[in-house]
Amino acid sequence: MINFKRFILLASVFALFACSNVEETVEIPNADTSMDGADDNVSTQGMGERVPVTITTGGRLVLDGTDQEGSALSQQTIYFDFDSAEIRADFAEALQAHGAYLVDNPGARVRLEGHADERGTREYNIGLGEERAQAVRQYLMLQGASSIQIATISFGEERPVNSASNEMAYRQNRRVELVYTRAN
Amino acid sequence: MIRRIFFLFFIFTALAQAQLRIEIRQGIESPLRIAIPGFAGEPQLSLLLDEIIEADLANSGRFYAMADNELLSFPTQPEQVNINDWRITDTDYLLVGQLDSDSFENLRISFQLFDIIRGEQVLGFRLSSTVNNLRNSAHRIADIIFQELLGIEGIFSTQIAYVSESTRNDQAFFQIVIADIDGTNPFVVIESSEPLMSPAWSPDSRKIAYVSFENERSEIYVQDLATGFRDRVSFRQGINGAPSFSPDGTQLALTLSGVDGNLDIYILELDTQRLTRLTENYSIDTEPTWSPDGDYIYFTSDRVGNPQIYRVEARPRGQIERITFEGNYNARPRVSPDGESIIVVHQFNGDYRIALVDLETRITQVLSEGQLDESPSFAPNGDVVMYATREQGRGVLSSVTSDGRIHQRIASIGEDVREPAWSPYALR
Repeated sequence: MINFKRFILLASVFALFACSNVEETVEIPNADTSMDGADDNVSTQGMGERVPVTITTGGRLVLDGTDQEGSALSQQTIYFDFDSAEIRADFAEALQAHGAYLVDNPGARVRLEGHADERGTREYNIGLGEERAQAVRQYLMLQGASSIQIATISFGEERPVNSASNEMAYRQNRRVELVYTRAN
Repeated sequence: MIRRIFFLFFIFTALAQAQLRIEIRQGIESPLRIAIPGFAGEPQLSLLLDEIIEADLANSGRFYAMADNELLSFPTQPEQVNINDWRITDTDYLLVGQLDSDSFENLRISFQLFDIIRGEQVLGFRLSSTVNNLRNSAHRIADIIFQELLGIEGIFSTQIAYVSESTRNDQAFFQIVIADIDGTNPFVVIESSEPLMSPAWSPDSRKIAYVSFENERSEIYVQDLATGFRDRVSFRQGINGAPSFSPDGTQLALTLSGVDGNLDIYILELDTQRLTRLTENYSIDTEPTWSPDGDYIYFTSDRVGNPQIYRVEARPRGQIERITFEGNYNARPRVSPDGESIIVVHQFNGDYRIALVDLETRITQVLSEGQLDESPSFAPNGDVVMYATREQGRGVLSSVTSDGRIHQRIASIGEDVREPAWSPYALR
């Protein structure tokens, strides 16, 4: 909370500043998420003169209605070609089904998690993973899904499904996972 | 008295266990041969001092620390040194030292360095220490010798930050660790079940900025190492990545994407949260890093279709200039401390290598030999570059001198380590 209050204070200072200096600065406020949730998971312990921080978080939600075998909806991972964020034709059917599901269930929320293979630099791969997640987001929005239903995140190369260094692993790792956070 | 010292010494060595271990893979042909017969004084403490000084000098690849059976004699006082006798041996330098330990809170160390070929003492030095600080004093002595004999500021008292990934309860587990440059005194800055990335030192080496996914998004934190207190400095919509402290420590260069996922470079003033946008391009702009004078920010952009290095003036509407032209993949720049070159990840014959690009001549020199080398980081003296690579499916750290001559492999115990970030010189 301290952080949030500080943010409000800083934001007002910033707003004052921005009035006099519009061209030089941009205003992108920090997201409206409190630190409370994270604080519960953070523990500190002393070790010499430096103090480490430990964080644990829960697993992801798995929702009903999206896990029936064989349905297009059960295809929740979209794969990509090397260095590409283009949606491949073989995933059109699955994405159309997810788009329709989001249209039919306006309360549903999906998080698109973009990933890259290990080749190339890490922060650049965060960018590649984001481009892939954005490509899926655009596709779903073209199907009629609303932008408020879709969140994106990129893990770059940090969360491989296969940690080997070969073509097979790379193919599996270049992906976007559709993770529903609310079913309807 | 001695027993008490011994007991403390035992605790002290237990705390100093290494996670990383340095091996020279390729050295120079004729390293300087230095004889270190051993310090006079309490045996356990003297031995530790000898071992650390020898290891530091030898691990640099520029020295050969002579074995006991190669030594002519074992002088511990300058008056015991007969330089003419040493001349017939194959010895370049001789270090003689004394450790006076009347209490473990009060150690007095003196040493004298002899140039055998010139036939004279070239250095005499005295410093005080404590048992708990003995390791640092040994590094300091190695620094002094290195500086005296090579004219290069030593780096044995510096540290590295790195990311380590291990498995706990069948789940990936991430840590940012700080260790002395010889791998001892590992200290966990933060650990998390979600990815941690991109550790970056503040210029005073008291803080670390990093990216954490603990809240299911990328966020940038700045953590004070002494207190463990951390500030979540950027958690804007979309990506918050690649933090880099300005040379004066008041600002961070960083990457933000916004909701539409377009990565661009910004400067964030830490005290005020004031944000300045430096690039505006639909391509991926990321991996910003400051020039030592603070005038420019170098970054990676794929605006021409493949990643290349650019630089932008660190001010609103600054000029943007392309820096690299050789090859079709140059990414994640770091500027040398003298500002004259950058070190990058460079694609070479299909492999990802570490390369040095001279900013004046624009000549690219490939320094590393791996297939997946990444995250290069300059030592604060500019003489060595540490980077991450993969060996047998594991992430390991390696280093290479910036002239490409000396290669070191830094072995870690049991974990996947990556993203080394070399500390600045600590304030003395």
